Amino acid sequence: MRALETVLLAKGYVDPDALDLIVETYETKIGPRCGAQVVAKAWVDPAYKQRLLEDGTAAVAELSFSGRQGEHLKVVENTDQIHNLVVCTLCSCYPWPVLGLPPVWYKSAPYRSRAVMDPRGVLSDFGLALPKDKTIRVWDSTAEIRYLVLPQRPAGTKNWSEERLAELVTRDSMIGTGLPLAAGASQ
Amino acid sequence: MNGPQDLGGMMGFGPVRPEVDEPVFHADWEKRALAITLASAALGEWNLDMGRHARESLPPHIYLSVSYYEIWTRALANMLAERGMVTPEEVAAARTLVPPVATKKPKADQFQVAAALSKGSPYDRPVDHPARFGIGERIVTKVMHPSTHTRLPRYARGKAGEIVAVHGAFVFPDSHAHGLGEQPHWCYGVKFSGRELWGAEADASLEVIVDCWEPYFQDRAA
Repeated sequence: MRALETVLLAKGYVDPDALDLIVETYETKIGPRCGAQVVAKAWVDPAYKQRLLEDGTAAVAELSFSGRQGEHLKVVENTDQIHNLVVCTLCSCYPWPVLGLPPVWYKSAPYRSRAVMDPRGVLSDFGLALPKDKTIRVWDSTAEIRYLVLPQRPAGTKNWSEERLAELVTRDSMIGTGLPLAAGASQ
Repeated sequence: MNGPQDLGGMMGFGPVRPEVDEPVFHADWEKRALAITLASAALGEWNLDMGRHARESLPPHIYLSVSYYEIWTRALANMLAERGMVTPEEVAAARTLVPPVATKKPKADQFQVAAALSKGSPYDRPVDHPARFGIGERIVTKVMHPSTHTRLPRYARGKAGEIVAVHGAFVFPDSHAHGLGEQPHWCYGVKFSGRELWGAEADASLEVIVDCWEPYFQDRAA
């Protein structure tokens, strides 16, 4: 690994400052707090939510989130009837500009193999049990469209600010392997 | 290809193991793996689909036993070697043994990389014909087993589904991965029931949406 980088640098194929910038970007700047802001805004602003569901790419760009692996973003909304779950069975496709780099489990064989066949089993690995009659809609990211789940707003959060609501939005709730934190959790 | 990447519906991998407070990277080498993978791709010697094909072309016993960043770096090393850019001997020696080759694009500096990351690379393309299918129409996917790159997973081949989204025309991975051009085709979100995919025992509440290019569908009469 180090040897490969050393040779790439020595042969002038890559720039050391560019390498450091890539690491810094995904380690410190882009991550699930970006997506949490999007979700919180959608919870308080119905017009924004409508724009988000109609054109995810344009709506997240309003909050200055854009770029690699988010060129074609589609936001899917959880409702009382439908729970959405996102996977990439073929590789590791994930909406980087709003969630950052995917966690290890998202790229791993247990998740990729079972999410499309036994999603309730996968959710139980995350401690999540949903009503039997609720539709589980799994999105397999086989093309260049990237999916972000818009979870349901937790009860007891009336009049909360966007900033406070964003604290309840977990990464997993935007993949579909979790739910947002309950209102009591951040008080 | 029916490679180790096509995992949907395989069994025996055990439970998903979420990690509490997972760090972005678990080791320094993972940071370097990400950085050299993205920076090398910017040289224009291969495209996104060629990169994916290089990963799925790793031997299955390797693909299924190493971490995802190692899948990336092994595929990267193979692509660099195939093009004579970095030889295996150079990696073993950790130094230059043969001169660098000219690349399609020059080395990107940090400003160009920052711009590329924030801009991204859209993969939708204009085409001169309308979409053949509309929302609500039923289609059946092809039964096919190409030895080349495809993004139609095995579990979704030969299955009946309903168009739920018309995404637009997109670069076609099956040609793009093999240097045969972008050949854009219309791409659709197709909804399959759990029972269509997995049989009568499947969870009746399951729906799976797979994004499919038009060439993945059987003719309308099928």
